[in-house]
Amino acid sequence: MNSAAVEEAVPVNGAIPREQSFEYVLEVDHVRKEFPGVLALDDVMLKVRPGSVHALMGENGAGKSTLMKVIAGIYQPDSGEIRLRGETITLETPLKAQESGIAMIHQELLLMNQMTVAENIWIRREPTNSFGFIDHSEMHRMTEELFERLNIQLDPEAEISTLSVANRQMVEIAKAVSFNSDVLIMDEPTSAITETEVAHLFDIIRSLRKQGIGIVYITHKMNELFEIADEFSVFRDGKYIGTHASSDVTRDDIIQMMVGRSVDQMFPKEEVELGDVLLSVKNLTLEGVFHDVSFDVRAGEILGFAGLVGSGRSNVAEAIFGVTPADSGTVWINGEEVHIKNPNDAIMQGMAFLTEDRKETGCFLSLDIQENIQSAVLHENFVNSGGFVDQAKLNEESEELCRKLRVKTPNMEESIENLSGGNQQKVLIGRWLLTHPRILILDEPTRGIDVGAKSEIHTLVTQLAHKGVAVIMISSELPEVLGMSDRVLVMHEGHVTGILDRSEADQVSVMNLAAQ
Amino acid sequence: MTTLNDTIKTAKDSQGAKKTKRIPPEVSILLVLVGISIMFEILGWMFIGQSFLMNMSRLQIIVLQVSVIGIIAIGVTMVIITGGIDLSSGSVVAMSAMIAATFAQSSNWPKVLSPALTDLPFFVPILVGLAVGAMAGFVNGWLITKTKIPPFIATLGMMVSARGVARWYTDGSPVSGFTKEFAMLGNALDRWMPVVIFIVVAIIFHIVMRYTRFGKFTYAIGANPQAARVSGINIDRHLIKVYTIAGLLVGLAAMVAIARIKTAQAGMGLMYELDAIAAAVIGGVSLSGGRGRIAGTVIGALILGVMLSGFTFLRIDAYYQDIIKGAIIVVAVVIDQQRQNKRKKTT
Ligand SMILES: Nc1ncnc2c1ncn2[C@@H]1O[C@H](COP(=O)(O)OP(=O)(O)OP(=O)(O)O)[C@@H](O)[C@H]1O
Ligand SMILES: [Mg+2]
Repeated sequence: MNSAAVEEAVPVNGAIPREQSFEYVLEVDHVRKEFPGVLALDDVMLKVRPGSVHALMGENGAGKSTLMKVIAGIYQPDSGEIRLRGETITLETPLKAQESGIAMIHQELLLMNQMTVAENIWIRREPTNSFGFIDHSEMHRMTEELFERLNIQLDPEAEISTLSVANRQMVEIAKAVSFNSDVLIMDEPTSAITETEVAHLFDIIRSLRKQGIGIVYITHKMNELFEIADEFSVFRDGKYIGTHASSDVTRDDIIQMMVGRSVDQMFPKEEVELGDVLLSVKNLTLEGVFHDVSFDVRAGEILGFAGLVGSGRSNVAEAIFGVTPADSGTVWINGEEVHIKNPNDAIMQGMAFLTEDRKETGCFLSLDIQENIQSAVLHENFVNSGGFVDQAKLNEESEELCRKLRVKTPNMEESIENLSGGNQQKVLIGRWLLTHPRILILDEPTRGIDVGAKSEIHTLVTQLAHKGVAVIMISSELPEVLGMSDRVLVMHEGHVTGILDRSEADQVSVMNLAAQ
Repeated sequence: MTTLNDTIKTAKDSQGAKKTKRIPPEVSILLVLVGISIMFEILGWMFIGQSFLMNMSRLQIIVLQVSVIGIIAIGVTMVIITGGIDLSSGSVVAMSAMIAATFAQSSNWPKVLSPALTDLPFFVPILVGLAVGAMAGFVNGWLITKTKIPPFIATLGMMVSARGVARWYTDGSPVSGFTKEFAMLGNALDRWMPVVIFIVVAIIFHIVMRYTRFGKFTYAIGANPQAARVSGINIDRHLIKVYTIAGLLVGLAAMVAIARIKTAQAGMGLMYELDAIAAAVIGGVSLSGGRGRIAGTVIGALILGVMLSGFTFLRIDAYYQDIIKGAIIVVAVVIDQQRQNKRKKTT
């Protein structure tokens, strides 16, 4: 890949090596953090060496993000000690943590959408001229310099709201790097980007490691662990389980440590008798976004969508579901043309659509789990003999789903905002399963979901296919697309470049079509 | 091996292509202002038989009226950009005016309300008025950040209480009989003083919002408070500052008003808060926070002023005036919404 170019462009921090009288740049000892009803961190420890990548693994809700927020000064620990460069330190505010040399990429995008890329990166650190006024051209130049160093090609003056989720993630990465910190925390940085950007990110990480930065890297993807991490620590249910060198263990060892049990086969794909064409899309076009998109999905079929970021996969899904209706082209369900002008029409047609960005278009953050999971349900499915909504049955089925999906929560009345990222995602999947859809569109369904729950979700999807549901699955994780799909549709710059059968689809054939 | 470069290229193409310079929203609002003025000009010739625009004294009245609301609207704009709202401005105008006015009285006035404090230098009442306004704003900001009550409620409380203070302070009687010095201020610069103050305030805060960290923080908090917090911004402290400045500007507006009309009454500034919010909204400031500019608000205030004057000029009944004004505010928000939807669609 292009690693040489990146490394060359990044000046390795001077000829003088950093003076290091400490073995660990960051040490966390006996840290405890309790939320009402949840002991999120129970006497945990973490030791990160300078110039190394330390992965943090654990199931959804294990306490990984909570610990990172403690280190970044966002949460205050109930007890315990944090040592930075060998010295004990208290981090009362995010500002204090930043000034002490800790930078963090958060699990959820945390950008000011109405502001520009440059403004987001340099907020609170804007360059000023001698009168104390912000020097916008200098800020622009600094951004370009940073992007050049990291090999990122984005317009510094673009407003964040006009960028794709993946590009927003790249902005977050650039912002975190721009602090030139000693400790860089990355909380699931790759959950929203495709493999090519992951490779790009890894180039960046390798050069940062060379500069002596200690990197804490959270991920649910095993292959990333082996590719980039030097060491890893495992947490389970808020407890520290252990630390090992990643070269010493196998995938199954780690899963055993994380889950405390072994997980069945990853992609439980089963051959399903395919029915008639359920959804048919013909010549769908949205000017400037995608063109002439046509495909069929049969009952019981899983159609995977592959392609690079910005290839228009999500836009096609949004068009079918009526979020941004297409300019031209037709959609047919069960052989009849339908006119879907908004998501409500789509839901009435038995469609369900799990969106890509759980925070922006998924969760109702101020509502509890129950309200969130039941927010899309068509009450016809839950009407009792008296003609009223059978709330008891609805609640029962919601709880059943949460159990199946392993949502980790004290109760159904917990605010969704307090759930860990992966558990929020599970609730959103539950929301759409509760609608008993005929056509299920999943955009990055297993984003941020741990290995155990992932295979659970794949099983659920397979079961739905068995029942004759037509599934469209968009995923940036190629193994997931290849493992689960009957056919794979590949897009490139808004055009369908090919639809491959399960037998002919593999890493190479898909990438060839995706990159052209 | 070429995939990385390809992605980068793809990303660049899809983002870079949209690099076309957007027309700033102020331009379209400016066009609305011009359009409305021309409409009144034409209607004027059709129904009244005279020019609407070619009348110096009418133009002066418009800008004088706009100045007071405009100064308030600049503070309100900042508050709305943080994602908040300020309903207390009108009442705080009355409170600042009443309290400051008692420090501006001349001893040869028969109905002096503060006998011990007459004939003070002109800057004393001004400082008192500014301080009262700033205090009210500080209390708003403090309540919102420390007790976590929504801005709507906090400033609603201030709206009711400040009006109460204004009435209680002199038992409802108006205050006048200002010192010559203080009264002179209202006539200064051939009566253009309020306009000059408005323009200066607008320029200062345009610069503040665009070229200082204070301004960037204000936008950042409105755009995403969580992101602002993790970026190291002290949100509470900043919000208190913004509300205090908004209060200070209300105090300033009150001083401009009493220096011009040479009397202070407890009923002053009624509904000014709504006019100020309307000016901001018409000027493209988004009520959901994070978006908006001072220039837009200035034009928004001018649109309101021109409309008011135009209706009076066409001798339209006051009831109709309010109905039309309300409709125009709604239309402004609808247009703003559509603009935002369009922006989303091009993503
Ligand atoms: N602000 C909060 N209030 C209450 N509970 C919380 C809060 N933040 C986290 N929790 C709880 O603490 C536990 C740990 O959450 P955390 O976000 O650290 O998990 P995680 O390991 O990052 O999981 P994931 O892989 O899903 O991101 C969860 O049970 C979560 O519900
Ligand atoms: Mg997490």
